[in-house]
Amino acid sequence: MTDRSQTLGVAYAGQQTSLVFKARALFLKHEWVRGYTLLSPTLLVMICLMCLPLFMLFSYSFWTQNYLDIDKSFTLTNYGAFFQKPIYVALMMKSIRMSLFCTFITLILAYPMAYFIAFKVKSNKLVWLILITVPFWTSYLLRVFAWKVILGFNGVINSGLISMGLLDEPLQFLLYNPTAVVLTLAHAWAAFAILPIYVSLEKIDRALLEAATDLGDTPTERFWRVTWPLSLPGVIAAGLLVFIPTVGDYVTPRLVGGTTGIMIGNIIQSQFGKANNWPMGAALSVISMLLIALLVVTFIVSTTRARAKTS
Amino acid sequence: MSREDYISMWNTSKHFGSVKAVDDITFDIGEGEFFSLLGASGCGKTTLLRMLAGFEQPTLGNIYIDGQPQAGVPPHHRPVNMVFQNYAIFPHLNVHKNIAYGMRKSGLTKAEVDRKVDEMLELIKLPGYGARGAHQLSGGQRQRVALARALIKQPKVLLLDEPLGALDKKLREQMQLELRALQRDVGITFVFVTHDQEEAMTMSDRIAVMSLGKVLQIDSPTHLYEVPKVKEVADFIGTINFFEGSIRGRRNGSTVIDAAGLGTVHSTAAGADAPASGEITVAIRPEKFSLTFRQPNVQTNVVEGTMEAAAYLGDRSHYYVHVEGREAPIAVASQNAQRLLDAVDADRHDRVWLTWEEESALLLSA
Repeated sequence: MTDRSQTLGVAYAGQQTSLVFKARALFLKHEWVRGYTLLSPTLLVMICLMCLPLFMLFSYSFWTQNYLDIDKSFTLTNYGAFFQKPIYVALMMKSIRMSLFCTFITLILAYPMAYFIAFKVKSNKLVWLILITVPFWTSYLLRVFAWKVILGFNGVINSGLISMGLLDEPLQFLLYNPTAVVLTLAHAWAAFAILPIYVSLEKIDRALLEAATDLGDTPTERFWRVTWPLSLPGVIAAGLLVFIPTVGDYVTPRLVGGTTGIMIGNIIQSQFGKANNWPMGAALSVISMLLIALLVVTFIVSTTRARAKTS
Repeated sequence: MSREDYISMWNTSKHFGSVKAVDDITFDIGEGEFFSLLGASGCGKTTLLRMLAGFEQPTLGNIYIDGQPQAGVPPHHRPVNMVFQNYAIFPHLNVHKNIAYGMRKSGLTKAEVDRKVDEMLELIKLPGYGARGAHQLSGGQRQRVALARALIKQPKVLLLDEPLGALDKKLREQMQLELRALQRDVGITFVFVTHDQEEAMTMSDRIAVMSLGKVLQIDSPTHLYEVPKVKEVADFIGTINFFEGSIRGRRNGSTVIDAAGLGTVHSTAAGADAPASGEITVAIRPEKFSLTFRQPNVQTNVVEGTMEAAAYLGDRSHYYVHVEGREAPIAVASQNAQRLLDAVDADRHDRVWLTWEEESALLLSA
């Protein structure tokens, strides 16, 4: 017995000197070392490509643009300008309104689709899920252009209706307005809404639905009392996934929004481009970022409070 | 006066494609009865229960509950409630709201419903648990909440789909007794699905043994065990030894059979569908044999053999006895009513004798 432990001890002593062994021991011993090792590639990318640019953006927002160079002394002028010029505030509010509306439309369109795949599709669910992602096989820009083709003055809808003899001249209200923006955005972000809702619906134990029916619920009552509350986390996730990126979108409003459909993103873009006022653009970015964060946090806090109260 | 045909199945069948999950079943369940559907998995017992609940519609035949045909009646309009296998407690609602779930259309005020929920919590021995979240309950507690949620609706029939399957052995045995006592208290007809014969026998007034979509026998637990009507039932409930034999004749009111391994057997326990002559199966339960090490002083129903294996289990012992003319050893069980300090040593190949009563040798169709 003692012989054996001694030889083992010698063997280990030889190994312990190597650095590899020490690293491995550290790795096996601490959960957090393994955790951070797993995280490190992402963490590195986040620090370099996200935190640094954000820091630069913050810095810019406190500077001033002169004709060719930038005055790097601290100032709040840019933020002051946002509140003094009504166009900024109005556009910001309009962007949020349009985004909320777009989120609402997307959710209403996505929910039945997710419900259908989760409950009605019995086999080949994967095929359906892949089909949902098909629009993503082309670029975002192309999809927006496609809507331009559909809604345009000589577009699919107008020429179709004219050739059927239902119209004498093309409808003007289809393109270049907020509705066109909302429609295009809703389509572009549909998959991001369908998937989280689908996951939350798929997770619902079917026995719960049978139990609700067994206890006297009609299918409609059952939906509102069991299915809907249990799918709410997915709906909330989908809502945030659509709302957050659409507020700042500038491609869609630029292409299909016309003059009435522009959003805050377009202004920010022009500040960094044609207007050549990076500090103002940075300030607008920071403001819209904070505003969205504020809205999202308020929303999450209030829904978790409400859920805690009902259960 | 309680009705004998409170639930009636009339030639009820359920086909899934070419599979006959339930195949032409006709029987009645009485009012206030604790009735069990017993069978191995895939025998159709759960399908039958789901047809009672209304989740499945019979392909053929009809089901009547309290005289009302149930064809086309959706689950939410049936006078039955179900306790699901995994309880199906609503995770987003607390215990109180789970139990009160089905009371929305009861026409009672909120205060009345609250009082009834409290009564239910008393009944299932979880008073004060109303505000608990569903995820804070243990398996046994979930089972009770599921029970209360169904019972508060005062259904005509309560359906239970293996509700004790997920519990550990001790808790299951305790719940079996509680469930039985509860059923006697509330007087509601219980239809209980299980694959556990001991569970079915502990609780039920009557048991329907099912196999491959058919009902083999419906009887009280004692009758199922002591007088099984067919070989399959005898085999499914408990342990039993089968002996092939042929009828030689009748003498003094008992049937005389030549059975392989037992020699001449005298029996007074002819099964209902046992033939009067020809090939027959003799079935004897292990504990109906008595085992002796000295030749007993009897002329009939005795066989000599050698001990092949012995297992001492404390309260009882199992012996496996080899006899001439039968390949498999005969299983014998004996209660160790006396203190048994010298466990039987199977290696000595002791000569042993088995005897049995005439009424213990069941005759079943071959």
